[in-house]
This record gives sequence, C-alpha cells and structure tokens, in this order.
Amino acid sequence: MSAVMITRKVRKWEKLPGKNTFCCDGRVMMARQKGVFYLTLFLIVGTCALFFAFECPYLAIHLSPTIPFFAALLFLFVIAMLLRTSFSDPGVLPRALPEEATFIEMEIEAANGNVPAGQRPPPRIRNVQINNQIVKLKYCYTCKIFRPPRASHCSICDNCVDRFDHHCPWVGNCVGKRNYRYFYLFTTSLSLLTIYIFTFDIVHVVMRSVDNGFLNTLKETPGTVLEVLVCFFTLWSVVGLTGFHTYLISLNQTTNEDIKGSWSGKNRVQNPYSHKNIFKNCCEVLCGPTYPSVLDRRGLMQDDMPVSATPAAPSSSSLSSSNPVPQTTKTTAPLIPNEHTPDDAKPSIADSAEKSPSPREELPPAQKVPPLASPETDAETALAKDKIH
Amino acid sequence: MATEFHNLQELRHNASLVTKVFIQRDYSEGTVCRFQSKFPSELDNRIERTLLEETVKTLNSYYVEAEKIGGQSYLEGCLACATAYIIFLCMETRYEKVLKKISSYIQEQNEKIYAPRGLLLTDPVERGMRVLEISLFEDRGSGSSSPSSTMSSAGSAR
Repeated sequence: MSAVMITRKVRKWEKLPGKNTFCCDGRVMMARQKGVFYLTLFLIVGTCALFFAFECPYLAIHLSPTIPFFAALLFLFVIAMLLRTSFSDPGVLPRALPEEATFIEMEIEAANGNVPAGQRPPPRIRNVQINNQIVKLKYCYTCKIFRPPRASHCSICDNCVDRFDHHCPWVGNCVGKRNYRYFYLFTTSLSLLTIYIFTFDIVHVVMRSVDNGFLNTLKETPGTVLEVLVCFFTLWSVVGLTGFHTYLISLNQTTNEDIKGSWSGKNRVQNPYSHKNIFKNCCEVLCGPTYPSVLDRRGLMQDDMPVSATPAAPSSSSLSSSNPVPQTTKTTAPLIPNEHTPDDAKPSIADSAEKSPSPREELPPAQKVPPLASPETDAETALAKDKIH
Repeated sequence: MATEFHNLQELRHNASLVTKVFIQRDYSEGTVCRFQSKFPSELDNRIERTLLEETVKTLNSYYVEAEKIGGQSYLEGCLACATAYIIFLCMETRYEKVLKKISSYIQEQNEKIYAPRGLLLTDPVERGMRVLEISLFEDRGSGSSSPSSTMSSAGSAR
C-alpha cells in the first residue's frame, strides 16, 4: 500500500462557497467589491497626511507638540479599527453539509405531513419562544439551514451572517456579530479624528491669519482647504452614523432589525434580546466575549481521492496501516493542532474521527470532512497558536 | 442488534457509517449557545438516555462559561480595546480557551462512552455551532441493521 502523497496543500478558504475574496492565504476575508474601501482608506490617510504636513509643524511650535502626538495616536487607532473591521470574518455561518441538509429536509417533510399534489407546501418557518416573545426562524434555501435568531443572509457576500447588522461598502465587508464592536469603534474614533482635525484646522487658520492675513494663510497652506472640505462632509455623515449606532447599541438592536421594524412596538412585539437597561445592553455589545470564527479558513482540505467499491478503498488503505504513521503523508488535514500530543493513541483517534465519518463507498467523493482541529480565527491568533505550539 | 466496539481504533477499522443524527440548538434562552436535551429516537437502542443528556448538559455549561458577561470579559474587552486589539496577537481569548476545553472533553467522551457503542460526536464548532452531530456506525462484518428504519422517524414536528 502506498501512502497517498499530496502535491499541493489546498486550504479550506479556497473552496468556501459565497462571494468573498480572501487574501494572505485565508487570513484576510473581505467582500468582492473593494473599491469604496480603497476610497475610505485614501480619504483617511490622505487627509491625515495633509494635516501632518501643513498644520502640525506650525501647531507643534506655536501651541504644543502633544497636538500632532494625539493626532497620530488617533489616526493609528482609526486605521487599526478599519482594518480589523474590513479583514475579519463578520460571523459567517458555514453552509450545511449534505447530511445535515437532508436531515433538516426530512424533519420539515415530517412536520408538513402530506401536502396534496398541486398545493404549495407551507413556508419553512420555525417558531421559538425567547423571553416570552415568539421569534420566527426562517429557512435559508442557499445555506440550507434554519437561520439562528438575528442571523440574516447577505446577498452581496452570499453568506448567512450571525447577528447581521448591515453590509458596509465603506469597509468592504459585512458587519455582524464578530466585527460589530470594531465597526462601532471605527466610526467613533473616526468622528473624533474628524472633529480633532477640523478644530485644529480652524485654530491654525485663525492663528496664522492674525499674523499674516487670511488669504496669505490659505496660500501658504493650501492643504487646509481640502482638509476642511473633507472633514466638513465627513462630520455630518460619520458623526450621524455614530449617533445612530449608539442608539442601536443602547437598545441592543441591529440595523437590520431597525430597518425591518422587527421590534418597533406595534402588535406589542418587544425586543427579546434587550436587557431593558442601557448600561447592560452597551456592556453586552461592546464588552461581551470575543467570538471566534467558525469558518475554518486556514485548515487544510482533505484530498479528494478516487472512490472504490470495495471497503479497502485507497483512502482507507492508509487507515489500515499502522497507527503511528504521521498524518502528513496520508492526508492534508491536520490533527488537533492545539492539543496534539505525540502519542500513539491520539493520532489514531483523530485519524478515525476524520476518516470514518466519510467512507468513500458510502458518500460522494466530494465530501469535505473537516478535521477535529479547532478553527483558526484570524491571522493574529493563527500566528499566536503557531508560536505557542 | 447492538454492535460492540472496544475503542476508536476498532471503530475506524471495522465500522461503516450508517447515519448521522443532529442535535439542534436550543434558542429558548436567546442567542447563547445551547443545545437541546431532547433525546433523538434513533439512539434509543444505542446509548442510555442519561449519558447523552449528561454530555449535552456539560457542553451547555461550557458554553455558558465561555459566553459569560462579567468581570473577566469586561477586563479582557477593555484591555484589548486600549491596545487597539493588538493584544489578541499574543493572547488567547477566553472563548478560545473554553473551546479547547470542549474539544478535549468531546474527545474524552468519544473515547470512553461513544466509541464503544459505535457512535461518534463531532465538535459543534466544526458545524458552525449549529448542531451537535452524532455519527452512527455499525460493524462492517455484521449485516447491516436496516439503516432505513433509523431514518424514517427523523422528524418530530415543531
């Protein structure tokens, strides 16, 4: 029996359905249309560059050097939050594997009973009671799952996202459970940065005009005009957005729910997720646990091997070889990387857990079996894990 | 007929997959991660009710611990925010630590309880935290015990 050698390691992100683009070997996850994101980046970096070039030298000397210092801090924070929002997984729910989809279908059919021919079957809805409120879970025909409460399907990214807020073209990604707080911190810090730059632009122009006159000042520092223009228009939109999201957070609502009027109060429906306390709601959204990604983007795909009718299929030939054969020669799927001990028992358990759920003679060859590894979240945690282990 | 396995290795060598049962999420307490403790009928003659309920209860308690909003999560959140979340490059979040514990718990349960009965639990995190997947196996050597019967009563109307 020859061990199956893999020529190229395929990572799972390459086979993920949905309309996302991935960069840095699966560490970065964004929507397909990134044009507006580049515009956002350009506006922020460009305006700050003008500020540092034109205003800061004068203000550092005539007022205080802490002014450019805090501007730099704020700028770095804004960029960090923007990149974090744009590059992270918003909370995408992976699509149901075939067996799960079939299981759900059978449950639905059993629940519907016999539908007379010619009649449309009833809509696929499940009712759950949360905090004395009936919440309807809708079935997603694309992902073949009943969406959890507060999840919604983003048509732009073609994914179901948990606690879906909205799809933001400015950050080039959906905003959902995992990156909502980064998005909020981005809008807040951007508002502060805009106000900061706007204020000190005015201060700078006033101070310089006192010495040189208004028109001369504008000639000396032409960047100021651009900055003021950008900041003026940004202020209205970003500050407004921050205010709107602060309101949503205090009520523990998502933009999606607000737009649909899910908890608007008519028919006495109330938000079952709200703690009825502004402080508690804010704490939950902003200081709650950081959810890890359930999309295993950087895990290695198991190689699709040919199906054989006999139980001794080529794939299972590797199984019947001796236990301590290292995984890498047989399959690209890693063991449990975070817990793997160089122990004979553990590799065989992981091996069996990976292989036995998909014997080739029973399931289609395209069956993807994820390993028992815990999924990586982002680049940073992946690197951290590599460092630890 | 009950199939006897002594460990996961035998399962791997001799077993073939019959069907999979999915324990769904229980949303009655909101969006926290919690699985239903309803016992699937397909497992009636495979495993004792109390064992599975105990496993699900322990898993639920782990998830409650992971998602607890209290002093530690505030501290973690504030500290991370103050460092612009760069600290997550070096530090593991509490949720990830608990997920590791869950992973080892499931492995231990598989070794001790489920594999000897021809069953295998899959960590919910690999199914998007939507379902707890239980794979049913049977001995390849013995005759197939009419898998269709296990799949017929899949639905309980909701």
